[in-house]
Amino acid sequence: MSAVTPARPAATDGSRPKTASGSDGHPPRKGLTGLQRAFGRHPIGTLLALPYAVFLVAVFAYPVVLAAWMSVHDWFFSAPGVEVDHPYVGFENYRQVLTDPAVHQAFLNIAVFLVINVPLTVALALVLAVALNRAARGRTFFRVAFYVPYVTASVALVGVWLFLLGGDGVVNSLLGPLAPQPSWLVNSSLAMPSIAGFVAWKQLGFFVLLYLAALQNVSKDLYEAASMDGAGRVRQFSTVTVPGVRTTTALVVVLATITGANLFTEPYLLTGGGGPDGASTSPVLLMYQLGIEQGNPDTASALGIVLVVCVGLLVLLNRRLLRSES
Amino acid sequence: MSATTPVREELERRPKGASRWLVPAVLTLGALAFLLPFYLMVIGSLQAEPDTSLSGLVPSGGLTTANYAAIDGSVDLWRTLLNSGVITGGAILGTLVFGVLAGYALAVLQFRGRGTLFAMVLLVQVIPFQLLTIPLYVLTVRTYGLADSYLGMVLPFLVNTTAVFVFRQFFLQLPPDLFSAARIDGASELRVLWSVALPLVRPALLTVVLLTFIGPWNEFLWPFLVTKEADMQPLAVALANYTANVAATTSNPYGAVLAGSVVLAAPAVGLFLLFQRHFTATNLSAGVKG
Repeated sequence: MSAVTPARPAATDGSRPKTASGSDGHPPRKGLTGLQRAFGRHPIGTLLALPYAVFLVAVFAYPVVLAAWMSVHDWFFSAPGVEVDHPYVGFENYRQVLTDPAVHQAFLNIAVFLVINVPLTVALALVLAVALNRAARGRTFFRVAFYVPYVTASVALVGVWLFLLGGDGVVNSLLGPLAPQPSWLVNSSLAMPSIAGFVAWKQLGFFVLLYLAALQNVSKDLYEAASMDGAGRVRQFSTVTVPGVRTTTALVVVLATITGANLFTEPYLLTGGGGPDGASTSPVLLMYQLGIEQGNPDTASALGIVLVVCVGLLVLLNRRLLRSES
Repeated sequence: MSATTPVREELERRPKGASRWLVPAVLTLGALAFLLPFYLMVIGSLQAEPDTSLSGLVPSGGLTTANYAAIDGSVDLWRTLLNSGVITGGAILGTLVFGVLAGYALAVLQFRGRGTLFAMVLLVQVIPFQLLTIPLYVLTVRTYGLADSYLGMVLPFLVNTTAVFVFRQFFLQLPPDLFSAARIDGASELRVLWSVALPLVRPALLTVVLLTFIGPWNEFLWPFLVTKEADMQPLAVALANYTANVAATTSNPYGAVLAGSVVLAAPAVGLFLLFQRHFTATNLSAGVKG
């Protein structure tokens, strides 16, 4: 959202009203009521923005602080209305999280997810976007067809994919004797790749639209020049199109990383709670199991903070790589 | 350089050789991959015993609505649809009312704390929901006492921050003189917003309704966490619980699960098809999750 800039310097009003009577060099403003001196030129603005400000504090700011607080205290559920001590435990919760083999497994699973999902998404979305850009007819139809899974609930799509990938499902009956044993979702080396494929399929339409928008900004002259130099279609694709949409590719990688870090519905439903044997657990699924099923919200909060730090580092690394390339 | 024009035209309009058939082939293959599962969803939900073989693609036996009756027997479809509707409606209403007020204040009015509020809006965009899941659960269920209530389920979606951005952007595009003129005529600030500014940003209202609908309607994790009573669950949660329970037990659970999937998918897909030209990457980038 860096493209959004305030129309006027936002601080000028926020910081000045109390000194408006002259100490900052401005002549005292005439006709200002006491209310305006306290709340700015349009005191009603405070009132209009108040519900949203309260919402932000209650639903974002306070929970973030609480997560950090819980992660360094011994926090457990108590009977409602009972006051209990939550002693400070330092990094004990973090130590538990970082030494838990289930956590290692979950992060490893997300790494597998990213290694499969990201290249698949980038390659397929780019190919489809280029084809859509060149299409002579039926653009609207194809655009809609690609986008439908994106607006559909994961829960609804999981039903179909269970039907497709189940032991006696459509895919296996097509493969016949080539069907994997055990089947896709109950096979510990295929469960996570299946999830990565499902998520790529579901989200692809959105990324096709992103690439389609990016392709409009690739100069036609570059294709012309490449064509004059004797570059064929494939060569034009690799020397003009791919570098031309590089910033979008970086965005796709960031968004896919965030999706992977947020993964919950798919391992919960598609592979029956991160099965088989933890081969498809995700950190968020683990947070749910730790924090709510097992009643340890303090370790779950620590896991949440570790996860966010990891995502933040990956995103920064991605930025750094992109910058050093250009 | 007279040669450039024909070259350019040829590049754009008359692909030669392979790409003459390659482009339609790639697109058709893509469309098939995206639409076939939806076809299977519908056709599977209408068959007594969904056939997973290739010949099952074209149903030979009669079609039946028995699966819809079956899912309605296990999951109260009307009740859960109503719950989904209330949650989604609440999010849309909250976003329209509080989002418009906040967007207007941020764009047009000068008041103390505007800079701080805008900084918070920017910050919210980068706070991932997974960090908030546990503390927000503790707060909602324990501190605010909102377990198994509509307000508890709507709470994180009550004001869509992307929508606040959209409103602010639209209000910023209106000429400031418009507001001064109305104020000089003695209109109150709410009156200026309601009679002058709002009618001019009507397209923003549609965009916001669309981008706010899909998130809460499709959301699973949050309502799943804060509801225990089946009566309060939205369809996505009820269907997920059904899927998780029967997938292991029933020999052929697909029919009823697919029927439930069709009912859950239909409103979002229908809305998308109706307003598909409003769904662009820029409009919806941060608004859609789950």
